Amino acid sequence: MILVSGRSLEQGLGKEASKFSKRYIDATTVCQIDPEDMRKLNIGDGGSVRISSQYGSVVVKAVKSKYAPHPGVIFMAYGPWVNSLTGPETHGTGMPSFKGLEVEVEPVEVAEGSQREG
Amino acid sequence: MNVIRNVLCPFCGCCCDDLEVEVDSNRIVNVRNACALGRGKFLSIGEHRLLKPLVRVNGELVETDLDKAIEKAVEIVKDSSYPVFYGFGCTSCEAIKLCLEMADLLGGLADNISVVCHGPTILGLQDMGIPSATLGQVRHRADLIIYWGCNPVEAHPRHMLRYGPLSNGRFVAGRKNRRMVVVDVRRTSTAAMADVFIQVKPNSDFEVLTALRALVNDLDLEVEEVGGVPVGKLEELADMMVNAKFGALFFGLGLTMSYGKEHNVESAIALVRDLNKKTKFIMIPMRGHFNVTGANEVFTWQTGYPFCVDFSMGYPRYNPGETSAIDVMARGDCDLLFVVGADPCSHLPRQIVEKLKNVKLIVLDPAVTPTVKMADVAIPVAYVGIEAGGTAYRMDGVPLRLKKIIDPPPGVLSDVDVLNQILRRLK
Repeated sequence: MILVSGRSLEQGLGKEASKFSKRYIDATTVCQIDPEDMRKLNIGDGGSVRISSQYGSVVVKAVKSKYAPHPGVIFMAYGPWVNSLTGPETHGTGMPSFKGLEVEVEPVEVAEGSQREG
Repeated sequence: MNVIRNVLCPFCGCCCDDLEVEVDSNRIVNVRNACALGRGKFLSIGEHRLLKPLVRVNGELVETDLDKAIEKAVEIVKDSSYPVFYGFGCTSCEAIKLCLEMADLLGGLADNISVVCHGPTILGLQDMGIPSATLGQVRHRADLIIYWGCNPVEAHPRHMLRYGPLSNGRFVAGRKNRRMVVVDVRRTSTAAMADVFIQVKPNSDFEVLTALRALVNDLDLEVEEVGGVPVGKLEELADMMVNAKFGALFFGLGLTMSYGKEHNVESAIALVRDLNKKTKFIMIPMRGHFNVTGANEVFTWQTGYPFCVDFSMGYPRYNPGETSAIDVMARGDCDLLFVVGADPCSHLPRQIVEKLKNVKLIVLDPAVTPTVKMADVAIPVAYVGIEAGGTAYRMDGVPLRLKKIIDPPPGVLSDVDVLNQILRRLK
């Protein structure tokens, strides 16, 4: 799958509430996935997924994308969680690749009450 | 109750300057005309405040007084052999100027957050030039507005109303007299408002822009689709562009952060240049933080370069990829990161943040952020544009005045005052 990170309204509002607020954490620990991809990967709406890139891995909440269809593309709002997946290489530009990153997505079971990994 | 009018919003690069802020006993009680993001900033400044200076003692952050925190910061700066000054998207031009003076004095490096947003735009325009305009010209004249790789409904909520398709210009007024196109990898909330939505495959912007250039130059494409877009759809867009009286291309990080980076921007500039042989067309980057454009401006006045400036040779040197903050941190070359108006620990790749465990970290910030939690010295400062005045540059390069509308909490100074105190002790 291809991971795109970006701004979202909730992330922007959460940022102003505090980077430690529930609103910010909720906004930045969610992955928006095309509903058809969720069906193929057996991922339930609101379930947990592990997203892995060559640089790291996080477990976040999966939700059906309201901007579908975008098969093969997942979205996460800017924040520490998605940045666990981006790499440090800038290829001579100074800019890491925050969008268009190749990742693997798989459903995982998370015990109730446990925190998501990041 | 006092109503302060024509207040500049210190949130995004739109720098909306028509806000009305109601103040009662040095407390903001209401904000009119702002979007949800701007309103959220004005109304939540008291909620997550850094109120006391912090210094790290035996691994723990402990509260101290301002003088001791500044003394500790000066001590760390003096001990540093290669300090990096970074941030500046959320501060005033006046504060940025002082940080550049410090970087020059110490032979360090200064970089701003454009390195992780529109840095590739700068690289592209340095190669190609950029046919641009002010947002006022777009508002009054544009009959075709394209948003490429950006989602203003969520990131710049008043852009479309003040400067874009919904604005009431003198010569072109309202949505019905303008065409609106969105190019993106997802059908975003902005795309839902467009006349035409073009969905490109991720990392395919360069190909799509190049195909559009061919079509604008009356060449045929002997393929069915480019970058996931049927050629018929691209022909429709090329016709719209050529037939516009005044076209405006607003582009975001969809171009600069994906594969191709500065080459995507160069391709977009080449397209707009070609369009100007047939009609009037301009382009403006959608800048995120309210003064990231100002950071580029001040860096350029002071050093000749808009970002990634190294002073270690005794003169300003510029080589993004080598003298960029990210690359310097990745190589482990710096021993101090001095942050003003940014939160790198939230916004840089984790592998870079982990490198910061091995460097000293000084932060000036109004709020408690992940970067403050990692700092060796954290000094609270006033919110620029709310508790301190100054100058900011809008995304189109227009300088505007930030207002001080209330006093900061007792004992909290502006970042300009704190930086002046540090600089005075360094000289």
